[in-house]
Amino acid sequence: MDFLRPTGWEEALALKAEHPTAVPIAGGTDVMVEINFDHRRPQQLLDLTRIGELRTWETGEESVRLGAAVPYARIIGQLRTELPGLALAARTVGSPQIRNRGTVGGNLGAASPAGDAHPALLAAGAVVEAGSVRGTRMIPVDSFYTGVKRNALAPDELIRAVHIQRADGPQQFSKVGTRNAMVIAVCAFGLALHPRTRTVRTGIGSAAPTPVRAVAAEEFLAAALEEGRCWDTGRPVPPSAARQFAELASGACSPIDDVRGSAAYRRRAVGVMARRTLDWAWHEYRTDGDGVQQCA
Amino acid sequence: MRVNFTVNGRPQQADDVWEGESLLYVLRERLGLPGSKNACEQGECGSCTVRLDGVPVCACLVAAGQAEGREVVTVEGLAAGGQGELAPVQQAFIDAGAVQCGFCTPGLLVVADDLLAHTPQPSDADIREALSGNLCRCTGYEKILDAVRLAAARAGAGQEG
Repeated sequence: MDFLRPTGWEEALALKAEHPTAVPIAGGTDVMVEINFDHRRPQQLLDLTRIGELRTWETGEESVRLGAAVPYARIIGQLRTELPGLALAARTVGSPQIRNRGTVGGNLGAASPAGDAHPALLAAGAVVEAGSVRGTRMIPVDSFYTGVKRNALAPDELIRAVHIQRADGPQQFSKVGTRNAMVIAVCAFGLALHPRTRTVRTGIGSAAPTPVRAVAAEEFLAAALEEGRCWDTGRPVPPSAARQFAELASGACSPIDDVRGSAAYRRRAVGVMARRTLDWAWHEYRTDGDGVQQCA
Repeated sequence: MRVNFTVNGRPQQADDVWEGESLLYVLRERLGLPGSKNACEQGECGSCTVRLDGVPVCACLVAAGQAEGREVVTVEGLAAGGQGELAPVQQAFIDAGAVQCGFCTPGLLVVADDLLAHTPQPSDADIREALSGNLCRCTGYEKILDAVRLAAARAGAGQEG
């Protein structure tokens, strides 16, 4: 095994082009587990921790460009205003030690359907910036996940950053696990209200071969909120609409039975989380958001 | 490969390190520092917690090569004098009866020490959060929480006095 240690981005791309099977490693919270348990013996490890720019972020008007190797602890501490959904999801990652090391770039690279960042990225709206010696590609996160632990990266590409839409309304995240800390999701749900466009976006984790959006549920809810003039008035979401939203979210799942939970349980839990996160987010919209002034 | 880094304030060199090896293995098997414990090897138990450039991490999930040029503090480095005098958090663990089999203790000491360095007067929620990445299968945690409270109280009393 070789340990490749680029100190700059261009050098990393050159090394990845030269060694397409090299496994990138940042926080090591996935890769080292696989190596420790002899599940993986890559010919090369490509250490990204010496590339300073990957640990930085820039906040623009529309989005945050989050370096691929920013650890979850920094997102929780410093980006909860701009990226509230991702910060909530980050709070549920592993333990403090894991959150000090684990990164969103790593979550995307591993592309596990159970990755905690994915539902938040799908709900907020995000684009993955992938680089190679051939140039830069911007891949919408919706089309980034291609299968169980598979993503849209070419063998010579590395994730440089993720461009995540800044929140324009309340965002929520919910995760079911067998305990409160250090737990892989049985299933998870992210929800973002986008009052500016009067849309709702969702993300489901661990209940399909890849992280997915519940598009039918999003479209139904947006129409129901429009029809009830809820955005303007801050009226509560009609209970029948919330129920239907939950059912459609549940219907967007294609889960399996595994050691963590049954498919039926996951479908049911995703529906419950959809309804709950909608309750929480809409409550916040009514009390903190623009709705409050117009709410009689 | 060779790895050069600083451990508990001392420059160290490890030779013949396999590229897939963890920092934990280097500490225990190559540098003779067995304080950091090897248990789950997947970041679940916290027994191998060390500070890497000042940040608590699981040493089992750090590739040895990633430690090159970095500063590591292990449980062996907590007692500043190194002459038998314990760090306040270590003394508090003994006095509160927070040690049973002792396997989880080094990791808990490192995170507790780090917590008190950043938050000298932690709330119970702060303590639980800081210790949430460390498993103990003996104590039920109550004595450990007592120990951290005791260390914080002693530090507070020391400052007032």
